[in-house]
Amino acid sequence: MNNVYVYIEIGEGNKVADVSLELLTKGRKLASELGAALECICIGSELEGIEKQLFPYGVDCVHKFDDPRLFPYTSLPHTSAVVNLFKEEQPQICLMGATVIGRDLGPRVSSALHSGLTADCTQLEIDDFEMKVKQGDEFVTKHYEKQLMQIRPAFGGSIIATIVNPEHRPQMATVRDGVMKKEILSADYKGEVINHEVGKYIPETDYVVKVLDRHVEAAKHNLKGANIVVAGGYGVGSKEGFDLLRELAHELHAELGASRAAVDAGWVEHDRQIGQTGVTVRPKVYIACGISGAIQHIAGMKESGIIISINNDPSAPINQIADYNICGNIEEVVPKLIKYYKANSK
Amino acid sequence: MLNIIVLAKQVPDTHNVGSEAMTPEGTVNRAALPTVFNPEDLNALEQAIRLKEQHPGSRITMLTMGLPKAAEVLREGIYRGADEGILLTDRALGGADTLATSYSLAQAIRKIGKVDIILCGRQAIDGDTAQVGPQVAEKLGLPQITYTEEILECDENHIRCRRHIDGGVETVEAPMPILVTVNGSAAPCRTRNVKRIMANKRKEFTVWGAADIEADPQQIGKAGSPTNVKAVKSIVFKAKETKTLTDSDEDINSLVRELIESNTI
Repeated sequence: MNNVYVYIEIGEGNKVADVSLELLTKGRKLASELGAALECICIGSELEGIEKQLFPYGVDCVHKFDDPRLFPYTSLPHTSAVVNLFKEEQPQICLMGATVIGRDLGPRVSSALHSGLTADCTQLEIDDFEMKVKQGDEFVTKHYEKQLMQIRPAFGGSIIATIVNPEHRPQMATVRDGVMKKEILSADYKGEVINHEVGKYIPETDYVVKVLDRHVEAAKHNLKGANIVVAGGYGVGSKEGFDLLRELAHELHAELGASRAAVDAGWVEHDRQIGQTGVTVRPKVYIACGISGAIQHIAGMKESGIIISINNDPSAPINQIADYNICGNIEEVVPKLIKYYKANSK
Repeated sequence: MLNIIVLAKQVPDTHNVGSEAMTPEGTVNRAALPTVFNPEDLNALEQAIRLKEQHPGSRITMLTMGLPKAAEVLREGIYRGADEGILLTDRALGGADTLATSYSLAQAIRKIGKVDIILCGRQAIDGDTAQVGPQVAEKLGLPQITYTEEILECDENHIRCRRHIDGGVETVEAPMPILVTVNGSAAPCRTRNVKRIMANKRKEFTVWGAADIEADPQQIGKAGSPTNVKAVKSIVFKAKETKTLTDSDEDINSLVRELIESNTI
């Protein structure tokens, strides 16, 4: 009872999604800090042996709901399984990926249980919390111990907000792929497996949405795992400007990324967006071209090793976290980088 | 003939937000900001107008919750093709998180009565949470299709949609009534129609408060919101030792050499 739960996202071939393993790693830390166990929920089809992918991350209990109709994911049956399990288990924390599935499922679960849900958290911590509450006619300060601090950029990324849900359980949060680190706790960690009777949790009437057809492709690029990222912002100025960045990225064996402003302008594909509402990257080298550095962008790249900013505005916020600032125009600096890289790397 | 509801939100233009827009309590002073029609709600409106074209006699009701000024999105929606607008506004509804908001919207939808399809944007640009759609569906006990890119078929009994999923697309079929959230990659919304502007310049909207939707005071506004904002801070970047270079050939050549020699690139 009152443990930390992670909803496990299961892809083709019953492979557990990276984001779920990242959440297990974070969940393990939170559970240990709270003196609670780490449990997780697997809902899918032919889940035999899936726990082997999960136990090394420090999972104490795997709850399985196994039925051919539970893969691919549809909203209602997965919601019922989670909601009805939570009514029995009363978790204190529930984490989900801020993926299409997590963002479809999380709100329904929170709505059914009347619990708070915070989307796209970038940090999760345990801390105490005080709040003024009304008792009768007067306000008193109430102290809440060991609450989940759900930290996220908000409002277009101009602020960072810390959200707490002191009076409602579970405290629910979603986190994007790549934001937390995944780390194996111990290769021989062993927990328990519970095979739940699916019909007890999911009514037949839930199977109303049919998936007729499904195309899933592997990602077209490896932005998340790239050693070097060349990223462009609104300052790149045009689609042609991005061709220059593509050329630099090609020379450096780097991946191309972009800020939201550049994606919104239509200069670069949506799946290359870096930031809170895009991909989080941790490359060895991050070359920011014409990126001013809105918080929501910084959130997705600040842990890069070396940050090089190319900008003609010396006061651009990104310059403050950069290791090198090159003051100049993209169309002049980038060709020079290409030229001198070719000249020096031979 | 379909009864269509479109949920729309007037949102601050988050591309232009300064710290002066925050109140000391950490909430947003929306009145101080330029506002726009939430972009993905426009994508939802377009899908609604297409349904109406395929099913003559259908009615599109726009529902929004917010300050009285939010009626602007209702008028905009009617200029583009909606039939009527309902503004849900009341001080008691203010300070709501997504859950209290979805309870209030669900109550209003119940009051509207018969509905076949509820359409809304996937998410709003002020919070980027994508929570209100599914939370409304759950409150009303309806199935949902989120991240919809196109409604392929729809009649009184069933709907078929193509939706975005991580790394791909899928086609799903579901019974009606249903709630559908529409992704930004769906067709853009048509522009205003001149005749509709002329005909609806002075159109009056229905205005409802908390009492009209028979809201439980414990489930609306701040009281109905499980989430609390503990702290809000504007980010101060940590100062780092930064080398500033010019765009001269010498500076760039020496940087590239330095990075190559240290095996960084």
